[in-house]
Amino acid sequence: MSRPIIEAREVGFAYRRAPAVLTDVSIEITQGRGVALVGESGAGKTTLLRLLLGLATPTTGRILFDGDTLAPGDRRRMRSFRRDVQTVFQDPYSSLDPRQSVARIVSEPLRSLGLLRDLPRPERRAAAGERVAAALHAVGLPEDAAGRYPHEFSGGQRQRVAIARAIVSEPRVLLADEPVSALDVSTRVRIVDLLAELRETRGLTVVMVSHDLAVVAALCPQVAVLERGRVVEQGDTAAVLGSPRHAYTRRLVRSVPRLPARPA
Amino acid sequence: MSLLEVAGLGVRSADGRDLISDLSFTVDAGTRFGLIGESGSGKSLTALAIMGLLPPGMTASGSVTLDVPGRGRTEIVGAGERLLNRLRGRTTSVVFQEPLTALDPLMRIGHQVAEPLRRAQGLRGRALKTAVTAALEEVRLAEPDRIARAYPHEISGGQRQRVAIAMALACRPALLIADEPTTALDVTVQAEILALLDGLVSAHSMALLFIGHDLAVVSGITDHVLILKDGKAVESGAVLDVVNAPRHPYARELVGSARELDAALDRLGEGERS
Repeated sequence: MSRPIIEAREVGFAYRRAPAVLTDVSIEITQGRGVALVGESGAGKTTLLRLLLGLATPTTGRILFDGDTLAPGDRRRMRSFRRDVQTVFQDPYSSLDPRQSVARIVSEPLRSLGLLRDLPRPERRAAAGERVAAALHAVGLPEDAAGRYPHEFSGGQRQRVAIARAIVSEPRVLLADEPVSALDVSTRVRIVDLLAELRETRGLTVVMVSHDLAVVAALCPQVAVLERGRVVEQGDTAAVLGSPRHAYTRRLVRSVPRLPARPA
Repeated sequence: MSLLEVAGLGVRSADGRDLISDLSFTVDAGTRFGLIGESGSGKSLTALAIMGLLPPGMTASGSVTLDVPGRGRTEIVGAGERLLNRLRGRTTSVVFQEPLTALDPLMRIGHQVAEPLRRAQGLRGRALKTAVTAALEEVRLAEPDRIARAYPHEISGGQRQRVAIAMALACRPALLIADEPTTALDVTVQAEILALLDGLVSAHSMALLFIGHDLAVVSGITDHVLILKDGKAVESGAVLDVVNAPRHPYARELVGSARELDAALDRLGEGERS
């Protein structure tokens, strides 16, 4: 088994003067073994994702990146972390700046991470353009999308723009917070297919928060079930959701609305 | 004789766009009808048109009639506020998607539930208080007295939706309209609320018009469904027919997408599933 890319080791988190949101959470994310964090509102899924993203520091325990504790103060290591670990948010309507062109939005990580710094200035623009075109192509958007603005796109297309931005730095891990739950069902299936394709073609490890067990089953080989800030069950998705051991997981699985069975 | 008859309903926006066109369906007393559509399909507007609650500037055409035995037949399109107010709550009432916006944040739950009871049944004082407790118990809220004293922000989303249902049922409507009533809720809470609605609608022999985007949810609680796209009906029929043999290309795409996600769960193995 290879070393985890990101690891949460006995992590706890509490907001100031408030009871703990997370207690003793340990999760490993290894190459190709994407983890889904499932649970209900208030279970601590999003807080855990923020810790894994280095957007907050755990109150107890540690977050490790490539085996070393993630220290937000260490700018050089944070830069390599940001390059390797990118994110997609739930709402494609609020996560894209409406005043910037798609090309500018998608190329933002290249600038903020200084990925083209080694190139002489005149070549940077062309290189950025190429990287943006490749990212847009990978998410199935037309080439001319680069010159357009977010409001010209539907919800599903905007989420594609957000995914293009996330993969432009060629990260190893994509951390996504409910990436499809704001989308209509037919669009949802297409974005799930896209994420599955990126996982296959780019070796991208997809970690996501989701309340939709069908999406989880389709995308993540591993799952961790959170209830009130604790991991009550984790392991292979097929095992955990297929034959859940913990009472809460059983209730969660049983509650998923299903279509009427097809006649034999 | 249908309880609700929608015939050639059209809704036009202030700038002249057709948001709903030529929509027709009927809901008989005691039956359950589902409206399915994605965002922007016009399903919520249909609910508002039936309640006579279209936003200012929008105009309805065609006909929406409500026919409650003993209360006569009423045309909703073009009806005045006074007539509509007599129907709301008593003939039809609605449960909306987001219980937090349906409830007044500055008013205790008990007062809000009391309002329709006082108005419709003329209850006062102790009798009113007893009726409020009974209404909260009916929606399976444990500790109804504590809930009655609470403000909306002090209770959970599922509890708020139960309160909204209690208010909608207060006047024993002949038709309950539920507009995405579980979309904002967690999946286990959604299952509880759907079971609650199912039981209450049966117990009071109400008709149910259930509006939603989730095919699995809508097909689980209704007998007949209509699929809306861009304000037009693309397919309607018995739930099993539509879900098992959709005919229209859009209906096929919608059912296909839902089946694809459903299949991902099936592949997890038999174990828990029956």
